[in-house]
Amino acid sequence: MKKIGRQLFIALMLLVMYVPILVLIFYSFTTSTNIGSVHGFSLDNYRTLLANEELRNMIAGTVLLAFGSAVIATILGSVGAIGNFYCKGIGKKYISALNEVPVVNADVVTGFSICIALVIVFGIDKSTYVPLVIGHVVLSVPFVYLSVLPKLKQMDSSLYEAAMDLGATPTQALVKVVLPQIFSGIISGFALALTLSLDDYFIASYTKPATFDTISTYVVNATKGSQTEIKTALWALSTVIFVIVLVVVLCMNLAGKKSEGGSSYEKAR
Amino acid sequence: MKGIHFTRKQLAIPYGLFLTCFVAVPLLVIIYYAFTNGDGHFSLANLIQFFTSPNTIGTLCYSFAIAIVTTLVCLVLGYPIAYILARSNFRSKSVLILMFVMPMWINFTLRITALKEILTAIEGNLAYYPFFNSVIGMTYDFLPFMLLPMYTTICKLDNSLMEAAADLGASPLQVFLKVTLPLSVPGIISGVTMVFLPAMTNYVVLDMLYNSTYIMGSLIGSYFSAYDWHNGSMIALVLLVLILIFTLMTERFTDDSADSRGGALL
Repeated sequence: MKKIGRQLFIALMLLVMYVPILVLIFYSFTTSTNIGSVHGFSLDNYRTLLANEELRNMIAGTVLLAFGSAVIATILGSVGAIGNFYCKGIGKKYISALNEVPVVNADVVTGFSICIALVIVFGIDKSTYVPLVIGHVVLSVPFVYLSVLPKLKQMDSSLYEAAMDLGATPTQALVKVVLPQIFSGIISGFALALTLSLDDYFIASYTKPATFDTISTYVVNATKGSQTEIKTALWALSTVIFVIVLVVVLCMNLAGKKSEGGSSYEKAR
Repeated sequence: MKGIHFTRKQLAIPYGLFLTCFVAVPLLVIIYYAFTNGDGHFSLANLIQFFTSPNTIGTLCYSFAIAIVTTLVCLVLGYPIAYILARSNFRSKSVLILMFVMPMWINFTLRITALKEILTAIEGNLAYYPFFNSVIGMTYDFLPFMLLPMYTTICKLDNSLMEAAADLGASPLQVFLKVTLPLSVPGIISGVTMVFLPAMTNYVVLDMLYNSTYIMGSLIGSYFSAYDWHNGSMIALVLLVLILIFTLMTERFTDDSADSRGGALL
């Protein structure tokens, strides 16, 4: 009896979480422009999503920005974590303290302060994309650092010494001994950086060029506008993203089960 | 050997420079702008403006109200989910927690759009219940962030402690209240930090739900669009101080910062 109650509660909560998304997915395949009235099956929204140049550019730009900033953040954060792991004293404390700032800070404050510093004080033009990319790297690099650091701590330090004793140069020892051991941390850091950039609204809205939109800023503007064609095309976009996330999660879960018993890192901000 | 250590340490330099330029300097710029006026002279006008304007103080109180209610709702809904999933012997509990977390990876503006359409279909005009809708929107957005750290903490609890308490004569309710709940406090705290601060600042959720009410984040947004960097910086500084206080308050409860903040282990 108790168990049924618990199962019901879990099922109900899952239902609440998924009803909005599932309803939107259902309506994305119809011609209706409002939830509540069904007119007929149609793939028009998906055609608009593919055909509309503005939408296509916005999606491509968002993905490009996410991958670009994630690559920079992963390199910077991983190298920084390795370096800082071997540091001592004030320098180490300085980096680990500053690393915490974007993690605990509100995104609005991060975006606002980067915009004020780079654009207003140092006069870097927003249309160069430099403030936007820097903003997204600042947002995600601390999480790369934080996912690489535990791997360094778990690492057996004598392996590095052994490699050196056996005649490896410091670079060889880093690339051939340290890197493989922290690789899973680097990968999860990269995944985190991607999701953070894709989900961001605030940093982008303060630092992006006026002519450029990420998915987030575009959706927020579209909800204020009155173009129903765009509005329902975004329902189709939600469906596509939902399916992609579902496939990625399933693949990760299957791959994880095969290799290390179903453990996979992901982020929570 | 000394030369080698030197080389490895040097790897931290680019990251240190990056953090200095793009984290430390922007913070200093914010502090500078918050305490100067349009002519570049030192001024407390922005600070006084913040604490005397009924608009900003009202917004601060309203943000606190929204954040507290949202956090409580997330806690009341999230703790039982985390507890049931973590302590149950459902065969598929890892799949279930994944299902709860999965929406987190869908862009939040799209999720809020979905919620908005549903709420509009139910309520008609969203503007009638701004507070209620804000709390619903934020709970819907932030629940996975609350759930995950609590789930991880409860999963890690040593079962023998509960068994020992039960063997020593504690009722199931006593075991829960005196053993399980106190031991899950670190998870609760990191869940609260992940919900409370965004709930004070994520004004887009409110904006998208046709909301004309303001929270702290919206103030930054509106000063920014009015090109008022000085008052905007003061709001940002106030938020920073609040975040600092909050972090210091919760620091002693969280055991491992990397684990509780960054990575949520599934």
